[in-house]
Formats: sequence, structure tokens, C-alpha cells
Amino acid sequence: MIPCHRQRARCLPPKTDCGGGSFAAQGSVILNPFFQRSVRLMSPYSTHLLCRSTWPRVLLLLLSLGWGGCGAPDHDKQPVLRLATTTSTRDSGLLELLLPPFESQRQVRVDVIAVGTGEALKLGEAGDVAVVFVHAREAEDAFVAAGHGIRREDVMDNTFELLGPVSDPAGIRGLDAPAALRKIAAGRFPFVSRGDDSGTNKRELLLWKASAALPDWPEYRESGQGMGTTLTIANEMSAYVLTDRGTWLNYRDKIDLVPLAAQTPELRNRYGIIVVDPKKNPGSAAELAHAFVDYVISPAAQQIIADYRLAGDAVFLPLHLPTAD
Amino acid sequence: MEIIWDGLRQAVTLVLIGDPLILGAAGLTVWISTLAVSLATVIGLPVGVWLARATFPGNQLVVLAFRAGMALPTVFVGTICYSLFTRRGVLGPLELLYSPGGIVVGELLLAVPIIVSISQAAVKSLDPRVGETARTLGASPLRRGLTYVSEARLGVLLAVLTAFARCVTELGIAMIVGGNIKDHTRTLATATALETGKGEFARGLAMGTILLAIALVASCLIGWLSRENQR
Repeated sequence: MIPCHRQRARCLPPKTDCGGGSFAAQGSVILNPFFQRSVRLMSPYSTHLLCRSTWPRVLLLLLSLGWGGCGAPDHDKQPVLRLATTTSTRDSGLLELLLPPFESQRQVRVDVIAVGTGEALKLGEAGDVAVVFVHAREAEDAFVAAGHGIRREDVMDNTFELLGPVSDPAGIRGLDAPAALRKIAAGRFPFVSRGDDSGTNKRELLLWKASAALPDWPEYRESGQGMGTTLTIANEMSAYVLTDRGTWLNYRDKIDLVPLAAQTPELRNRYGIIVVDPKKNPGSAAELAHAFVDYVISPAAQQIIADYRLAGDAVFLPLHLPTAD
Repeated sequence: MEIIWDGLRQAVTLVLIGDPLILGAAGLTVWISTLAVSLATVIGLPVGVWLARATFPGNQLVVLAFRAGMALPTVFVGTICYSLFTRRGVLGPLELLYSPGGIVVGELLLAVPIIVSISQAAVKSLDPRVGETARTLGASPLRRGLTYVSEARLGVLLAVLTAFARCVTELGIAMIVGGNIKDHTRTLATATALETGKGEFARGLAMGTILLAIALVASCLIGWLSRENQR
């Protein structure tokens, strides 16, 4: 008798005489043909798994994937420093130049988690990251005062920009930010806010407070998204929007909005770096975190920050170079 | 339209020149999803078959719960996983947060209801005489279960493919639990979100295209696995 699985492999039409005996043969008369197979599977000669040509294929597939998995990234040998930062910091592209020298010098890997400033501080508070690199001075001070952070350093400045359509329907060109917001609110012009507790959002709310106007008209919208997406939304709506300079430089060619408000101290955007309380983050992370902060304010790193250009424009002003200030 | 053409062109270029970032993200995505779906199949398939055949009070309720689970929002699962995996969380000591393993666990939660629900439906729709005959032939419960699976093979493979599709395109869990860390937990979906966030729309589209290509390969593989069924 031909072993059952040979027959199957050749996809021969079902035959009843596969060791199932007379019962299977009878069964096939009563039941539909599709059903014969299950009966045949019961037969003592057809070892279930071998009888299917599907299973070898599944096995082959899993094996080849397992093989591929051996080549999957494996970084577990290096010590890791976890850094929480803002999406705007990451999207600026600066970290890709700033981190590699530190990583190769100390033989560590820096894992960057980019979220809003509010969430970044929360991650620090929970001890999920060792260093926080954000831009919201008041929240940072509160973070340190609450004992979540043990060391805070100023790193660099950039600026916020209040963008709007070239036609500038609210007529805010050249005004300082609070006055500009007051005019936008008075005319109820469209305005897109991040609304996500990010550093930019916190600053926007501070500016509203300073302007004494309330952002509560229907055309004031909260995107709840990152800076880039928010810029795209504002652009499509021909709305006013507050952005950090780095993201705007990235988007300059893709949107029609232009900076309108005058650059005054209210629009200064200062970045700080904080070492999270090592009690929350045991092990070697604390020593590495201090080393990283030392590096970021060292002349070498500060020079990298000073030299960083986006589309030909300087983005950040370092605060620890002899020439700065 | 220009962005779309640009994206397609970039997709081909990026794959051809073997952009390490993209290939890394693609490899990680496939690896994580395959692991999650394999584990989910091992867990979910027996449950699905059992639910299709078992008769106990409340059976239908359990089935309905699993079906509702197919709509689990990824951000919800991601947040639940985060609260478990954070240092303050119950599973904090496992150090799953911001690791590929953490994403696998999250996607597992996503995939199990899909596998259970679809395989349950597939087995349920089998001719009931399959089980009866198997029993009269003296098949053990395990053997009967295997028979159900092999008879409902197309449905089961569809369950696996659906789960894989959900995992491979999933964004919320990879973002919250994985953290979108470069070279470590950056999947194609989070990379796409990142590129779009940076205003690199064409690059984002390119990665979306690669994601689609992976889905196409997966469904071809499933077709190949179930080829025996097609005349």
C-alpha cells in the first residue's frame, strides 16, 4: 500500500483505501467528499502531521524566520543611557550629531525617547529614563524642587516663532507676541494650538496669560499632535500657530506660513538638561547620566550645537561657549 | 500627487540601496510581529477551537468578549502595557519597557482576540459531523482538535494573516511601549510617523509602501501555505 502522505503530497484526488478500513469507505458514501479527508486523517497509517503538506511549509517558514532572527539587532552587551526629550528636539536632527561622540567615547548606547515635555518629565518622575532634555523652565524647576531631578543645567537657546498667513488678516506683523495674540483673539482668527502639554504648548498658554485674552473662540483649535503635524494643519487652515524655530526651519519649504511676531524675550526657548534622581534609576545609570550632562555642556558638544545648521540657518545658540552671551 | 510619486520612487530607491535604517526597521517589524503572532496562535488557536465546540453556560458571552477584543485600540493596549512595565509598575523588574520584548507582549494582547475569534468562527462553521465521526473513530480530544484545525485551515490561516496585518501596521504600542528608539525599537510604523512628523512626507510614504509590500509577501506566503486547498 502506498503510504498515505505520499499520496497527499502529490495532491492526488482523495482515495478511500488509505488504511481507514471499510468504515471510511462507507462514510464517504454518506458524507460529502470534502469530509472524507478528516476521516482519512483518523487512519492509523496517516500520521496526522506528516499527512499534510502544509505543516512542512509552516516549519520551513518558521525556521527561516528563526534564522533571520539571529541577525536581529542585539545591543544588550552595551550599557544603556535612557534620555527623554521632546519631539521638536529630535526632529531638529541635532541629536544625531550630538550623541555619537559620547556614545563611542563612553562605549554606551543612548536610547532617545521623544515625547512632549510634560510626558518626558513624567517618564523621569517614574524613573523610566535617567536624563531629561526639555524646554519648559517652570516645569523643570518644579521637577527639581519636587526631588525628581538632582541636577539641572542650561544647555542652549533657540526661539519660538509666531507664524501666520502672508496676508496676515489680524495685522500682527512686527508686534510682540502678547499684543499679537490679543489682536488674533479680538478678530477671532483661526489659531492652531498643540494642546498636548508640550513645552511649546506650555509657552503658548503663558503667552495667552500675558496677553490677557482668552483662547476660547471656535476657530481656536487644539491639534493634540506633534509640532510638525500641527504646522501642517495650521497651514491647511491658513491659521496662526506658535512653533519652535527648529521645526519651522524643517517645514519652511513645505508650508506657506511666515513668522510674523517680533523676536522679543517672551519668545526665547531655553533648553535644560536634568539628571533624574538616581534612587529612581539604580545601577550605573546615575554615573552615566552625570557624564552625559557634563558632555553636553562641554566645549566640544557646545561647538557641535553652535555649528548645527538647518537649511543653511543656525538653529540653536549654545550657552556654555566662551563666545556666547 | 507629486508627493505620492516621490514616495514611490523613494521606496524603491531606499530598498535598492539597502538603507540600513529602513531595512533595520523592516526586519524588526517582521520579527516582532511574527513572534507575537506565533505566540498568539499557540495560545489563541486552542481557545478558539475549544470555544467553537465546547458547550457551557456563558460560552456565547466569552465569544462576544473576544470579538469585541478585536477592536482593542492599540494606544489603549500600549498605555496598559506602559503602566505594567514602568519601573513603578507590577512588571517593572522585567525591564520590558522600551525593549522589543515589550512590544511583542503588547502585540500579543492585540493578536490573541483576533486568532480566537476568527478561528472560532471557522471551526464553528464546519460540518458538525466532522467531530461526530472523529469521535466514533475513537479520536482523542487532541486529535479531534487537530482535525478541526486542518479542516478549517483556510479560516485559521486567515486568522493568522489578519493578526499579522494588525501587528505589522500597529503604531500605538510600538510608540508607547517601544519608544521609537533608533536601531532598537523603531518599527516601520513608528518610523513612518517620525518621518511624517519631520515633514519628510515622501520618505514617510516610502516606508508605508514597504509596509504594504511586507503585507503582500505575508499574504502570498499564506496563499502558498494553503495552496493545497485551491484546485
